[in-house]
Amino acid sequence: MGPLVPFIISNEFNLIIALISGIGFGFVLEQAGFSSTKKLVGLFYGYDFTVLKVFFTAGVTAMIGVLLLSHWGILDISLIYVNPTFLWSSLAGGAIMGVGFIIGGFCPGTGICAAAIGKVDGMAFVAGSALGVFAFIEGYPLLEKIYLDEAWGPVLMNDMLGMSRIIFAFILTAIAIAAFYLTWLIENRVNKTQPKFSKEKIVIYSSSVGLAFLILVLIAMMPDSKSRMAKHIDKELKQKDFTSVEVQPDKLASEIVSNYYKINIIDVRSQEAFKLYHLPFAINIPIEKMDDREWGKIMDQKHKVNYFYADDRIVARKAYLWAGHIGKADNYILSESSANFNKTFSDLVTPTQDASKKEINIYNFRQKAASDMAKLVDALKNSTQPVVAKTSKIKGGC
Amino acid sequence: MNKIKYMNPYLAGFLLGLVLLGTIYVTGRGLGASGAVKSVVLSTIENIAPQHSANTPFIKTYSEEHPGGPFKDWLVFEVIGLVIGAFFSGVISNRVGIKLDKGPQITNWTRVIAAIIGGAFFGFGAQLGRGCTSGAALSGMAVMSFGGIITMFAIFGSGYAVAYIFRKLWLN
Repeated sequence: MGPLVPFIISNEFNLIIALISGIGFGFVLEQAGFSSTKKLVGLFYGYDFTVLKVFFTAGVTAMIGVLLLSHWGILDISLIYVNPTFLWSSLAGGAIMGVGFIIGGFCPGTGICAAAIGKVDGMAFVAGSALGVFAFIEGYPLLEKIYLDEAWGPVLMNDMLGMSRIIFAFILTAIAIAAFYLTWLIENRVNKTQPKFSKEKIVIYSSSVGLAFLILVLIAMMPDSKSRMAKHIDKELKQKDFTSVEVQPDKLASEIVSNYYKINIIDVRSQEAFKLYHLPFAINIPIEKMDDREWGKIMDQKHKVNYFYADDRIVARKAYLWAGHIGKADNYILSESSANFNKTFSDLVTPTQDASKKEINIYNFRQKAASDMAKLVDALKNSTQPVVAKTSKIKGGC
Repeated sequence: MNKIKYMNPYLAGFLLGLVLLGTIYVTGRGLGASGAVKSVVLSTIENIAPQHSANTPFIKTYSEEHPGGPFKDWLVFEVIGLVIGAFFSGVISNRVGIKLDKGPQITNWTRVIAAIIGGAFFGFGAQLGRGCTSGAALSGMAVMSFGGIITMFAIFGSGYAVAYIFRKLWLN
């Protein structure tokens, strides 16, 4: 599941990815004509809207792509970098950049692109931007307040507008298409050209617009990968026979006592329930968080056996099934709830005189197991705290 | 040989969108440009004036957060790629050569000076706004960042607002 950095691709190799991305970026910018300052500022004087067309198309394409990939469950949208909002500095910075755009005729990316093919004005712009950065660094103490004021964090546009991602995507796509049409009208008027369109172009344009909306509709209508998985698990739940993977409390207790280092005991209940009581050595992975990457190493390993438990048998079974889809580890389920497990080993009733041998055996076993477990927990309390694997948040931005 | 025409803007936009999407999928972050300039400027200051850098909290914090300097910086590598990609595109479309683009009414010197001043504004603004047209506006739009999108509106809004004042730089 993406993003591939840093889990699948190392941070070092990421620099090579940067180079490759940059090559694609630079190539497309130059092909689009962004190395020509006249083409860029045409946007502001109405004779050439290439910038708007390229940027908007790119933004919408990437946006729909991100939605689609996350819908299929191959991109974890919660991990990707979202530029944080600092209201005043975003607005003031943008306003200053706009002035720079008109005077200088480039933005940083396009300036570098122009410099790369030998445009002297592009080189001058890049040198100028270094001066601007320098001024900012040296003037930072004066700017600090506005720079850090109104920090809203990585808020999303759709949340600000109170709508879902998909609705916002629809609206933004529609705005883009309306903007393409309007700017086309303006271009024709300013340049005094006759609007002409070959039949071929009309077909291509309208089918691309259609395709964009079709993808959005499909994303909106089709269940996403998570709910499809949930459905699949519900189906399995009815069909599968769990007798071979459900273990009794006594069996689990003896595993804990003799093989505690070979097993993971996974509590799939909520954090609150876990805090109130949990089995010895249990780690808490609430069922809805099971596919988080930090648990990937537990779900997909061959060295330890996983035992799942919950207070509800169905939940424990679901967790078992889900774990089977996430990784290849050996998984089992505790047949009883955590409360019953606790009762089995804490509310021990001394057998009466006429108890059978079997009952006495069970009693002795449980008593020993209870004291052994307590001893083990006490002896290992410092070393068995699970190491919380930090999912690193990706840093990005300009 | 004649110059080859520019690519259809929608096709270019689509391809750029795919580049951006691929970058987000692989690395979890978008594209950028001004951050590379920042990384280079900061390390230059550090090398020229180490004493001064040690006394400037902003530079200190940055170099603590970016321990490798420009040669470990994602955006620096991306911009090196940008230069290569743009140059390659220029070569195949026969557009490479020392040249200067300007409006019809101004001299070459005016254009160069305006480019430096404009660059300075943009560089400054991109630091304040935490990203330029690529890092804030384009990548921000792809991930629906509120901050990125308002920065984009601010850039283009202010561009239109002052376009009339600076029309002599560009128009007849």
